[in-house]
Amino acid sequence: MTFLSPLILVGIFTLVAYLSNVNSDSVRTITILDESNLFVDQFEDTGSIDYKPLSDISFAEAKELSEESEYYGFLYIPKTQTIDELANKITFYSKDSPSLTIMDDIQDAIEDKVNTEKLQEAGIDSKKIEELRIQINPNLETYAGQETSKLGSGLKLIFGGAAGYLLFMFIIIYGNMIMRSVIEEKTSRIIEVIISSVKPMKLLLGKIFGTTLAGITQFLAWIILIGVFSVVVTSVLGIDPSTVQTPQQQMLEANGSGAEQIAMEVIHEINSLPIANLIIMFILFFIGGYLLYASLYAAIGAAVDSETDTQQFMMPILMPLILAVYVGFFTVIDNPHGTVSQVFSFIPFTSPVVMLMRIPFGVPMWQQIISVIILFATFIGTVWFASKIYRVGILMYGKKASYKEIIKWLKY
Amino acid sequence: MEKLLVANNVSKTFGTHKAINNISVEVPKGSVFGLLGPNGAGKTTFIRVINQITMPDTGEVILDGEKLQPHHIQYIGYLPEERGLYKSMKVGEQALYLAQLKGLSKTEAKERLKYWFDRLEIGDWWDKKIQELSKGMAQKIQFVVTVMHNPKLLIFDEPFSGFDPINANLIKDEILKLRDDGATIIFSTHRMESVEEMCDHIALINKGNKILDGKLVDIKREYKSNTYEVGIQTQYPDVVTADLKEKFTLFPVTFKSINNELQYKIQIPETHTANDLVTYLTSKGELTHFVEVIPSANDIFIETVRNN
Repeated sequence: MTFLSPLILVGIFTLVAYLSNVNSDSVRTITILDESNLFVDQFEDTGSIDYKPLSDISFAEAKELSEESEYYGFLYIPKTQTIDELANKITFYSKDSPSLTIMDDIQDAIEDKVNTEKLQEAGIDSKKIEELRIQINPNLETYAGQETSKLGSGLKLIFGGAAGYLLFMFIIIYGNMIMRSVIEEKTSRIIEVIISSVKPMKLLLGKIFGTTLAGITQFLAWIILIGVFSVVVTSVLGIDPSTVQTPQQQMLEANGSGAEQIAMEVIHEINSLPIANLIIMFILFFIGGYLLYASLYAAIGAAVDSETDTQQFMMPILMPLILAVYVGFFTVIDNPHGTVSQVFSFIPFTSPVVMLMRIPFGVPMWQQIISVIILFATFIGTVWFASKIYRVGILMYGKKASYKEIIKWLKY
Repeated sequence: MEKLLVANNVSKTFGTHKAINNISVEVPKGSVFGLLGPNGAGKTTFIRVINQITMPDTGEVILDGEKLQPHHIQYIGYLPEERGLYKSMKVGEQALYLAQLKGLSKTEAKERLKYWFDRLEIGDWWDKKIQELSKGMAQKIQFVVTVMHNPKLLIFDEPFSGFDPINANLIKDEILKLRDDGATIIFSTHRMESVEEMCDHIALINKGNKILDGKLVDIKREYKSNTYEVGIQTQYPDVVTADLKEKFTLFPVTFKSINNELQYKIQIPETHTANDLVTYLTSKGELTHFVEVIPSANDIFIETVRNN
């Protein structure tokens, strides 16, 4: 799996890239019947849309023609008395609902023209207005004098979100792995042989740390292999997965400010992030948060006889995790330093994800340190709790553990 | 006799359930010690205390003169009743891992494993996975894993379950050989015939309490009831029977014989000896069969547990 997964992942990306290339290769033809004669050269062909003006033809004929020729759509602009009237009379016919990007294109073109016409009607020179317009680009700065920008906020979000989400995934994947390995030792009945040689506590910790290291190794292997495969695929097949573009990206580029400029800004913003802080805290929260949950997963594994019995115990573990991700993606984005964000970044079961998402926005060091201390203190608590359950649970066969039963085990 | 293991007043309570209550036993060095008792008597709990899997609430266990400590695990080999191995791991890899957990070095472990695999003729299983082996084959591996670090104390909990008669016999002989080589063996089982065959000392546990312990022969001596199985050939069976009934307690019994004789189990008062009985019987007819009835471990087990 270690080698197969990244291969599959790159394969899927390549496929998507290939398919969307194929997809955008097909040029869509849109016929236009402009009875108002206002929009003669307003529609310019783009890579994916071919505009085909029709003239000397009735509306019904034009519509029929478009349908029979299986054109993508037919834009009808009737003749009206005033331009105001026109605004609500234009109709776009198509076989299915048209794609949003195409509608945006058409709408922009019409609005542009209508606006210019209206201005002319009012005796205002549109060129003058263009000249007078000032592009406002407010410089954002914190009180401390740190420069911020909208782009920067987005980047912080990406960094924080990626870190938090990575941890979330890691906990679920490798937590389950620990749980399964505990159950395996129980069902294969080797556990009693093992703990006659090793203390249960040692075994538990060994299992948690061992799986963690195996997990990190696998993660790193994936990242490296994905990189290698991507390079191979790109150079061999000539398909660049990064050409997979979303409509937003296309529009962003179309709106001027060249790609290079964006890249410069991104680099600038990344440089201004608290990188060292981010990396150190990522490692601490990652380890602390993972260990915290891993010990609970191990306890669940010890309490049950088979994987099917784990359901009732999974909920209390997954709830805070999912809550953390939700708080992260909704509340933190909205206000990284609000009360809710702050509180959840101290609660140890949510702090790893929430705090990791807050840090790029700048969190005072004392808050980070206290949160880490709380996290690790809780980890020691959960390991103690888990080892109690583990010690008793691994030797209980055939007994369906309930919460009541487990609380009893704590006293053994 | 020197004691390898001494337990003093060991108790363990789970919640409100008293699993074992003030158990004291002494296991002599070089003996095969039978730990007997009905299901749920507390045998496994007691064994887990010796293995330091369960910590006793009170009492102490002394191994070879030292209070039980974590490092003692390397001197103990334990074959639990609930046993198994990693199903998808190779036999050799697995055995090496378990040997190293017991403190052997890798080269040492390899050497010992080779010895045992050759001895049990299972050398070619090294690269097989446990799930490819039959249950009996897996049990053999399990046995090797238990004994390979040459422990001073071997604890077997129902060792013969899962073996066919041939392999059970093989394992029995190996256990006895280990004892001859100096190991002490604690042996927990329900199968009384193997107790009879192998154990020289026993302790009987019921409902968490030790109700009987000592040398098996001593216990048998104590439980004997001056009863003899006799066969007597006479021309007047009715008269002889009436005479015997008057003097002793008679029990009917049948045993295989080539003669057509009277067959009885006779209990004599403690004031009499076997010789007295023989003299008396020879005066009544021809004595064809005379055996002292020795209580079997099975009889002792059932009787003590029932009376308890």
